[in-house]
Amino acid sequence: MQVSLKKKETYGHYFATLRYAMYVITHPLDGFWDLTHENRGSLAAANTIIILTLLVRIMKLQFTSFLFLQVYWEGINIFLYIASILFPLVLFCVGNWGLTTLFDGKGKLSQIYMGTAYALTPYPLIQFFMILFSNVVTDEEGAFYYFAAALSVGWVAMLIICAMMEIHEYTLSKTILFIIATFFAMMVMVFLLMLFFSMTSQGIAYFISIVKEIMFRM
Amino acid sequence: MLNRKIKSLIVLTVVVCILIGTVTKVEADDGLKKGYTYNYDYWSDVLYSPDAYSTVGVYTSVELGLEQGFNNATGMYVRGDTLYICDTGNNRIVELQKVSKDTFELVRIIHMIKGEVAVKTLSAPTDVCASEDGYLYICDKGNGRILKLDDDLNYVMEFTKPTDATFDQTTAFLPNKLEVDGVGRVYCIADNVNKGMIKYDSDGTFAGFYGASEVTYDWTDYLWKKFATKAQRAAMESFVPTEYDNLYRDLEGFIFACTTNVTGAGLDAGTDSPIRRLNLLGKDILIENGNFNVIGDIYWGEAGGYKGPSLITDITALDNGIYFALDKVRGRIFGYDTQGHLLYAFGGNGNLDGYFKLPVAIEHMGKDLIVLDSKDSSFTVFTPTEYGSLIYKAIEEYDIGDYDASGTTWQQVKALNGNYDLAYVGIGRALMRQGNYKEAMTYFKLKWDTHNYSKAFKQYRKEWVEEHIGLMVVILIFLFVVPMLVGKIKKIKHEIDVAENIERLM
Repeated sequence: MQVSLKKKETYGHYFATLRYAMYVITHPLDGFWDLTHENRGSLAAANTIIILTLLVRIMKLQFTSFLFLQVYWEGINIFLYIASILFPLVLFCVGNWGLTTLFDGKGKLSQIYMGTAYALTPYPLIQFFMILFSNVVTDEEGAFYYFAAALSVGWVAMLIICAMMEIHEYTLSKTILFIIATFFAMMVMVFLLMLFFSMTSQGIAYFISIVKEIMFRM
Repeated sequence: MLNRKIKSLIVLTVVVCILIGTVTKVEADDGLKKGYTYNYDYWSDVLYSPDAYSTVGVYTSVELGLEQGFNNATGMYVRGDTLYICDTGNNRIVELQKVSKDTFELVRIIHMIKGEVAVKTLSAPTDVCASEDGYLYICDKGNGRILKLDDDLNYVMEFTKPTDATFDQTTAFLPNKLEVDGVGRVYCIADNVNKGMIKYDSDGTFAGFYGASEVTYDWTDYLWKKFATKAQRAAMESFVPTEYDNLYRDLEGFIFACTTNVTGAGLDAGTDSPIRRLNLLGKDILIENGNFNVIGDIYWGEAGGYKGPSLITDITALDNGIYFALDKVRGRIFGYDTQGHLLYAFGGNGNLDGYFKLPVAIEHMGKDLIVLDSKDSSFTVFTPTEYGSLIYKAIEEYDIGDYDASGTTWQQVKALNGNYDLAYVGIGRALMRQGNYKEAMTYFKLKWDTHNYSKAFKQYRKEWVEEHIGLMVVILIFLFVVPMLVGKIKKIKHEIDVAENIERLM
């Protein structure tokens, strides 16, 4: 009895936090404050939103009318495609966290992740209906489609700024400055990663060639 | 005896085997496997196709019975069955007559002219044009004049260096290519003139420049020039209009002009246009509705010593509006329809028939193509294959409005080449004209034709809505009216409950 009750409570909390995303996207300043400070969000809900975003991105490839999105299927690798969304997300969270901890940002990594994920909510919401919509319009009515697509992205961008502002307790200008700085941090991380992998592969290649040489001499 | 029998038996088996072998190996050699003819699909992948044109023959001085071989021939003109070749290096013009499908006969060799004129010889003639009223116009480049001769080579008049102030008087006048329109106006491309083509009235007066291209530069160039020193500026390329290389006057009277003065970057950005179709005002009216601009090859891989974009050196247009551009870099011929779709590209550099060393001019005789090769001192005649003819047929049928027939012909083309995008679009357009929108949509979708798909879909959607209007109304009613009713009923029920409760309490 107790176990099932607890289970029910957990689910209840999960759905409440997920439903809270709808409040967040319409009341960003208030919403993001409560999200982290009043514990009204959950990582589970954040993960759900990320997964929904990934799903919608993939569904978009398959189901959007070819009038608006021409997909060269031979060039699509689904894992790379998913990584191309997740990797920048992770880089953003880590980069932002790394920078803001140095400049008295109040957010923890998990909070930054949660805030970013909740900020993504409009994207799957709008894009899902845009997939359906794209199949009933012609080229000439495409302006609506492009407008809505731009709207979804613009809304997300606005929400991310609000989220960072509330989580780190920054002013607006400082937030924007640090988001720009985060992009540089992301680039630095990409550079370091590339350096790391290229060094590793060269190092390995070096030892392989030494072994080959020895085997050749013996 | 027995031995002989066995031997003959073996021979017989071998012969039978060979015969069967040849019979079973019958497979239409449509040229697909050679990779001679190709096209680009929507994703700009190269798709090899059956040959649209096959060679009838390669003609050198030997085949034509000339004593002296061609030497650096540069110009060519066709009027009816007559072919004029400007044998520039030998200072003569060779006039040939096509007598049968694959034979040309020498009519005359023009190296002297008659009449009241001081210089009666030709010097390095580069182009020739035979007008409809029987006059012959010759670009006598070495003598700096354009000659107008009558049928018997009698001198009629000449067009010389314009004395106009707009014309640079310091440089020599070197007419290179010419065309003559129906009323005897001459359009001439001269070397070292970058103001466009020189246009003469029929009486020989200079009528101004024609078709000068707009000077294009982007703001980065402009910025560079602002900050550069005088010496740097002088070393930089100046913003000058491009010079034309060749021209062709099509059946409708528009001038096709081509220029080799293009850069890879300019073509990528879409600012350089190697092929232009000029109207009377000299404005470019070429239609480019294809997946790619009309620029020849879209890949310029550096292979076999050839690099850079296609350099279009000559153009010819068939009577049905399809035009062919000749690329002198890779020796290729590009066929485009009036909408700027690449129909097919074929050719190449090499020694085989159908390949070139340095193609300089292309002309057409009916639907046959003639390509002049100056390095090989020969010209090659191409004739459409079944595949090529079917494409022409389908396009012509569509143009005259016979959409059903066009659809069937495109089906035949598709049967020969299932990779041919235009066949699918052609079938789709025919279906659309017949009102079969749904099926048309599948054809357009297969070949990513968003424009036509949209058109078909619009009609299909209209039909669909008209058919399902009843259903939609019903759904709307369910969506709005039913919840309203349910709400009302609930309200009444609630009131009754309240009333009952009150009654009970009292």
